[in-house]
Amino acid sequence: MEPLLSVAGLTKRYGGRLACDGIGFTLDPGEVLAVVGESGSGKSTLLSLIAGEVAADAGSVAYRMRDGATRDLDTLSLVERRALMRTDWGFVRQDATQGLRMAVSAGGNVGERLMGVGDRHYGRIRATALDWLARVEIAADRIDDPPTRFSGGMRQRLQIARNLVTAPRLVLMDEPTSGLDVSVQARLLDMIRGLVAELGLAVIIVTHDLAVARLLSHRVLVMRAGRVIETGLTDQVLDDPQAAYTQLLVSSVLAA
Amino acid sequence: MTPAPSSSPLPLLVFEDVAKSFTLHLRGGAVLPVIAGATLAVHPGECVVLGGASGAGKSSLLKMAYGNYRCAAGAIRVRDGDRSVDLATAAPREILGLRRTTLAYVSQFLRVIPRVGARAVVEAAGIEGGLAPAAARTRAADLLARLNLPKRLWALPPATFSGGEQQRVNIARGLIADRPILLMDEPTASLDAQNRAVVVDLIAEKRAAGTAILGIFHDADVRQAVATRIVDVSAFHGALAA
Repeated sequence: MEPLLSVAGLTKRYGGRLACDGIGFTLDPGEVLAVVGESGSGKSTLLSLIAGEVAADAGSVAYRMRDGATRDLDTLSLVERRALMRTDWGFVRQDATQGLRMAVSAGGNVGERLMGVGDRHYGRIRATALDWLARVEIAADRIDDPPTRFSGGMRQRLQIARNLVTAPRLVLMDEPTSGLDVSVQARLLDMIRGLVAELGLAVIIVTHDLAVARLLSHRVLVMRAGRVIETGLTDQVLDDPQAAYTQLLVSSVLAA
Repeated sequence: MTPAPSSSPLPLLVFEDVAKSFTLHLRGGAVLPVIAGATLAVHPGECVVLGGASGAGKSSLLKMAYGNYRCAAGAIRVRDGDRSVDLATAAPREILGLRRTTLAYVSQFLRVIPRVGARAVVEAAGIEGGLAPAAARTRAADLLARLNLPKRLWALPPATFSGGEQQRVNIARGLIADRPILLMDEPTASLDAQNRAVVVDLIAEKRAAGTAILGIFHDADVRQAVATRIVDVSAFHGALAA
């Protein structure tokens, strides 16, 4: 089977510092890859490079489109690229204010992506938005509230609804649970886990939290100083780490 | 001890000269050898029990057979239908595929998933292992009932259960699907006599269905009741550097 996403030799330099140094991997449909590492390891830069928000100095990102053809994302026009991001890809951000439109109602946040794929029927959009709010456990009577009135956990759940409403096949997640209370984190993680399995989503999730990687991902990529230090089956890398840096990372975690 | 099955078709799980050591980079790169020259085959209907002192490497062997630990040397061949896959060299996706179809593992402890009820945990494992949702639902209920988990607990997440209750959920989760190879690491450690007997029965049923079982059982009675063969793991230390 041809992979859904193929990343090869992705490199990004900021001044003299290599933020990403020749990163490569493939992702199959339905596969969840965690990218772990400390702050400054380059893991968030990697996500921005894949999403095309930051231009790479070298390397390529190829994606198998819905029509079955694999395209190098560099060859897409700006319009094609934006259409891809709005429909077949999602991006759940650590900072919900960057992933949501804060002045627009919750229903509008979800509906906007539907309108982006051409739906103009107000009743249908509102019904779908309500359905998605329910799936992420946001009460129906909050549909007209803007996310400024939502708690941190609710904002993240709204981001998830907004991203998943167009049935994307690939979702990028940048630290979706950090900054939340532990109990809120558990609820969000469990929700993500359920939706990912149910919808068969391919996910690249960037996290500094190894427990998040263990709960959600099939494979893991350990990054440090812009390089991939170790990669493999998630439980194997976490339970039998080979690289010195991975051993340090794993042993630095307090067991709960 | 239980008699071994009379016919011996192809083994489902084979260790060939397997070695395991840990390189402790945080301890100046000290190398901790655990196992060397481990050679062992498990056939359908067999229950091979790993013996030997604590720290002899029994759990490491089981974890390697599940692809959870890597091998330092040798091969671990898993029969998957008509083909044989070497876990020592298999890609992560292949190992995940084998876990869905072929390898079941009952660990000592349940790794709890927040917010998911006990019956749903077991059911999900059944569906992942290829059962139809309705069958998974029925089997999950049957298993939890046989393992005497009070019905009032079925809808609750196991996080707040006692050790023995969690372990019974764990056993149900590991046994619900019909995978040809079953790995068990001390499944009865926190169970009372009545539930140990239930587990012994469940293992006998798996064997009768042709499952190849490799396990660790510290309780002497359970070991006697389930084992078709006991392999002393300390025999795999001869080749270790002193």
